[in-house]
Amino acid sequence: MQQEVVLAMLAKEPSHGYQLRARLRQALGPLGDGMNDGQIYVTLTRLEKAGLVASQPAAGLPERPDRKMYELTPAGQQRVADWLSDVSWPRSDLAEFHLKLIAAASAGLADPLAIVDAQRRELLRRLRDVQRAALAEPDRSAAGLLLEGIVLRLQADLRWLEACERNWTRKDQS
Amino acid sequence: MNGTADVTLVRARGLRKDYGSGEGLVRAVDDIDLDVQTGQTVAVMGPSGCGKSTLLHLLGGLDRPSGGEVELAGRRIDTLPERGLARLRREAVGFVFQAFHLMDELTAVENVELPALLAGRSPKAARRRAAELLEQVGLADRATFLPSALSGGQRQRVAIARALVSEPLVVLADEPTGNLDSAATMEVLRLFDRLHQAGQTLIIVTHDARIAATAGRLISMRDGAFVDETRLTGGSTGRLSALAGLDG
Ligand SMILES: Nc1ncnc2c1ncn2[C@@H]1O[C@H](COP(=O)(O)OP(=O)(O)O)[C@@H](O)[C@H]1O
Ligand SMILES: [Mg+2]
Repeated sequence: MQQEVVLAMLAKEPSHGYQLRARLRQALGPLGDGMNDGQIYVTLTRLEKAGLVASQPAAGLPERPDRKMYELTPAGQQRVADWLSDVSWPRSDLAEFHLKLIAAASAGLADPLAIVDAQRRELLRRLRDVQRAALAEPDRSAAGLLLEGIVLRLQADLRWLEACERNWTRKDQS
Repeated sequence: MNGTADVTLVRARGLRKDYGSGEGLVRAVDDIDLDVQTGQTVAVMGPSGCGKSTLLHLLGGLDRPSGGEVELAGRRIDTLPERGLARLRREAVGFVFQAFHLMDELTAVENVELPALLAGRSPKAARRRAAELLEQVGLADRATFLPSALSGGQRQRVAIARALVSEPLVVLADEPTGNLDSAATMEVLRLFDRLHQAGQTLIIVTHDARIAATAGRLISMRDGAFVDETRLTGGSTGRLSALAGLDG
């Protein structure tokens, strides 16, 4: 789990470890199924060492990370503010795929159309999985919105594969 | 019918449709073979102009082929006389179109019951069935609305209810989400999914990958011909969280 995400989830109010976990689960729905709780506590420990988070053991309870109370330090608040205004966006792998087609075709290693086809099947399978999860979500759930974002990206990628197919079909014929 | 689970409901062989002639000849559907089993949902995907609508019209008896055969539930339909064809369209096939094709001056429930009335059902039975279907598509509270008072997604759901009113053997949908935004597309997808669970046979032509991915069976069409078929069966591709960029 990205450090800034965990920090930002603490920005509302100081929280117990288990509250933080519940907030993440709620926001992610089925996408959080693989979420490893231990990982969150590892992240919290790192954040604490870096001086971005402070923690207190809860009175009268055993010393466990899910029972501890965590809060942002001023440095942690600053980090969250920086993160919110950061516009970097994950890179896409389109160039790699594009070069794969060109290399396959020029070296005569494989039919680019077959590569496009295999890729389309894979993306359609992913789209099916995400759609299934989205159909199972109640209306307007937080996780539903995230799933919609994934669907839209997959659709855009599938459209680009169509363009790849048209392009390589034309090259075949010429 | 042979009593096995896999009953071919829609069957086409060497299906062909030409428009124009000589220099201007367009082979809109070019030698298509298709078998659709009862209860299957099939998506046909392809670029604009590749012949999807033409194919659907041939399968549903809206148009006659230039060559080849179409069977519905074991009966040749391409050779039916005009009256038989009209009856088949009314009773055995439900159509859903991109532009909804609702009657503007009729309310939602009147639109839905119309085909049942035309097929000779009593007004009472037709109204009861129409109300039931509107309930099923989540629009019971909009029954007396005119189409103009409904959103795009709601109009399409009314159109789907109408397509179901005569309990058709097969529903043929032509770009059913082509005019819908993302949320309304989801409503329609949900509905198709429920119909599929209930055993309805569906053939959907679309260039919306979401529909195709939901269908389970996906046929790609180019220049009037089928070029590829994908069955999206089998297990999932792995953890959803990876698709959201949550892993690593
Ligand atoms: N009534 C018609 N007269 C002449 N050409 C037609 C007619 N209907 C369709 N076509 C042509 O047949 C081809 C397939 O059209 P269509 O089935 O509408 O494709 P799609 O639904 O995939 O966009 C196109 O080239 C189109 O111009
Ligand atoms: Mg069309």
